[in-house]
This record gives sequence, C-alpha cells and structure tokens, in this order.
Amino acid sequence: MSTRAYNFAYLDEQTKRMIRRAILKAIAIPGYQVPFASREMPMPYGWGTGGVQVTASILGPDDVLKVIDQGADDTTNAVSIRAFFVRTAGVRTTTDTSEATIIQTRHRVPETPLSEGQILVYQVPIPEPLRYLEPRETETRTMHALGEYGVMHVKLYEDISRHGHIATTYAYPARVAGRYIMDPSPIPKFDNPKLDDCPALQLFGAGREKRIYAIPPHTRVVPLDFEDHPFERTKFDSACALCGATDSYLDEVVTDDAGGRLFVCSDTDYCEKRQAAKRKDAAE
Amino acid sequence: MSAMAFADPAFESQAAFRAILRAIASPGAIEPCGRGLKPPSPLSPAAAAAILTLADFETPLWIAPSLAEWGEAAAYLKFHTGAPLAASPRDAAFALLDLERDSLDLKSFAQGAPDYPDRSTTVVAETRSLARRPMMRISGPGVRGMAEIEFGPTPGDFLSQWEANRSTFPLGVDLILAHGAEVAVLPRSVRVTGGE
Ligand SMILES: [Zn+2]
Repeated sequence: MSTRAYNFAYLDEQTKRMIRRAILKAIAIPGYQVPFASREMPMPYGWGTGGVQVTASILGPDDVLKVIDQGADDTTNAVSIRAFFVRTAGVRTTTDTSEATIIQTRHRVPETPLSEGQILVYQVPIPEPLRYLEPRETETRTMHALGEYGVMHVKLYEDISRHGHIATTYAYPARVAGRYIMDPSPIPKFDNPKLDDCPALQLFGAGREKRIYAIPPHTRVVPLDFEDHPFERTKFDSACALCGATDSYLDEVVTDDAGGRLFVCSDTDYCEKRQAAKRKDAAE
Repeated sequence: MSAMAFADPAFESQAAFRAILRAIASPGAIEPCGRGLKPPSPLSPAAAAAILTLADFETPLWIAPSLAEWGEAAAYLKFHTGAPLAASPRDAAFALLDLERDSLDLKSFAQGAPDYPDRSTTVVAETRSLARRPMMRISGPGVRGMAEIEFGPTPGDFLSQWEANRSTFPLGVDLILAHGAEVAVLPRSVRVTGGE
C-alpha cells in the first residue's frame, strides 16, 4: 500500500467519490442541477471553487489541463488555478485548446472547436436560471420538476417589449435535450451555439450554490427564443486588431489616454495561433 | 482476504471513474475498467471496480441473491467500501446483479423523485458478453447519430423494460453493464431499440 503525504488534486478520496457520483447523475439527467456537498477550497468562492472541485474529481496523472478566464490563459485567476493543480496533482498544463484533455473555464467557450474525449469544466456563480425570477429554492425545484418554464419566457418577452429585442447577452438560458432549462454560466450568448451538439463533455460546477450539472456530448442545447424574435448571435462590426479574425468574440481594449480603443480576440490562444500562422505565411 | 482491492486507491479509482465517465457520456462505448483488479469470484473486475470507485458509507448497496450467496464477494465489497447493505432494491443507491442468474426488474429500484431525480439506483449488472454490435441501437444524449450494443444474456423483456424506464425521464435508473474488465453504460436518457 502506497502512502502519500497529501491528497492527489487536493480533495480527499471520500469527497471525490461524492462529487463523482454527482457528475454521473448530472450526465444521466442532462441539464438537471445535482446537489452536492461542496467543500471549502483554499481559494475564495468567486474564484471558481465549483469548477475546481469538478476538475479535481476527474483529473488523472495523464491529463493535460488548460485553464482560462474570460478566454485568457494569463489572468490571475487562470494562473493561480493552473498553479494549484500543478502543485497538488503534478499534471501537465497547456494553453493549446486542441492539446488539452480538460479545460476549466470562467465565462467563455474556446473558439477552437472542441473534440471527442475533451472535457470542458465551467465555473458557475449562479446555477439556477430561474433564481432572479423566483428566489425560493422549493419553488424553482418544483418548476423544474414540472418543466413549467412559462415565467422564463415571460421575462424574455418583457425584454423584447422594453428593448425591442432580447436584451440578455450573458448567461442566456437554454433548454437541454428537450427537457431542463439551464444557465450556461455567464458566457456571452455568442458562445451559446457552441454548446449545441458539442463533441466534448461539458460539466458545470457551482461551489457556493453546491450544484453540478452537465451536457453530454452530441446533445441538443437550444437557446430560449420566440418565433417572432429568434435567438441572434452577437455580431461584431470590426475584426480583431491583432489577428484579423472576424469569427471570434472580441473584447474592447482602451489603448491610450486619448481614449483610443481597438477590438481584440477574447480567446488569447486562438488569437496567438492565428498571429503565428500569419507570420509563418509572411516568412514563406 | 486473498482477493485484492485497489493497490493505489487514488489513481486506480480515478482511472475506473474516468472509464465509467466516458461510458456514460457516450452510451454504447465499451471502456476498459478494473484491469489488474482481482476480486473474489464471481465478481468481474469491472463490476468490482465500479462499486469500489463509487460506493461508500453514504450509499446503501443491494446485492442480488445469486451474488449474496457468495459470502466472500459480499464481504469484500462491504469491507472495501464501507457501504451498508440495502434492505431492498428500492433503498439502494447501488445495486449489483448478474444477468445470467438474477431477474432484472428496473422498476423495483429507486426511481428518484420529480424534484430530486438523482435519488435513484445505479444498477451494476454482470454480463456474459458485451460488444459493439447492432443487436440493439442506442440514440439520445451522448450519442452521435446511432450507437450499437449487444450484451448477454439479455432479458426477454429488456427493450420494453428500458422503454418504460426511459419514458419516465427524468426519473429512472442508470445501468452499468460489466463484463470482465470492461464496462458500458446506459443512462436513463437514451432510447434503446431492437436492431438486427
Ligand atoms: Zn485575434
């Protein structure tokens, strides 16, 4: 029997088992929020403790881990979570979306299409898509049980009458496999189409709210909308100032004190790969 | 006890879990699980690995009569998981049965509640054969187009039992099929129909 002075990936075996059971239920019931006994993690709640616990429970020594925050690999949040898993599990890390076996993310889905066998782990602050309409947990639970989502449609329709269009641009609710309505976490609605029929497994962990939910690979994920106001993906008028991409989600960056601004890809790996390819083309 | 549990629980249970994870995420996929594990007979390495990986003192385990007879197998699972034995299938978080010697009655297990459909039994079934062949076709979440599976012995009323199980979604049980050191999983969300 080998002994270890620490737990692989921080969590003790009993906690991993409990989380693993919740993950399997979440996959068997796509979009349903499975309660789990969230543990204290050595980082504040806003830092994605739900996603960290999911990653810690699935991670093995052969995995290659990528961590992104708003699309970037180099923010404080992404760097510290990556360092946490290097320290506690000794896993290899990468910024390359295609090379990663597990990608933990806050608020974005990578631009590079995901593939079979990959797992995308979302950090979720508020897992309940009905929470701001109905604060009582017993009530939202009943609404999910009955599949009674009329109130959700009413809220979106109010958006339309107030703004002339559906104003929700983040955490845009979607129906999973024709049954549960889920909150895709605060990703821009630009990313919603990537959830549908995705070849990768998508796992969602909410630490403070103690919920895990999932979208299996190749599962229908349909954004809520109306016949006269269909779901519209955010479009950008400009291209990325660094790589010229016109198909990626762009962040506005202020470049100088005079208020100069430009738009660049939020997905740093995607942008850098495109820039490198352009340099290579130019050199040849 | 001559039988061996996981020599290195953290890594071997992680590997077994990932196999089950891949199998439930892609229904019809057959994944290696429990290789190297030597449970007491008549347990297969795959079934033993699944239960050692997932069960503990919080999850009542129901062992079907044909397997409960083998005192050593039941003692092994109880000793290494700490799982209490469930009085009936309906009280079980996990159930273990052998498709060759036990009858399968999906409705006898915990189905979950409308507001907590996760409170259901996961059934681990020993099989005599498991293959990707078009005896049955699987469609639904996790499956790109259509997947195929064949396992034996298949209870004569399996397709109607499964359709009844699926039709009560989100309630229902999930089925882990074990054969040797391999698993496949049928989650309650998928449709299973007759093939060739
Ligand atoms: Zn760019």
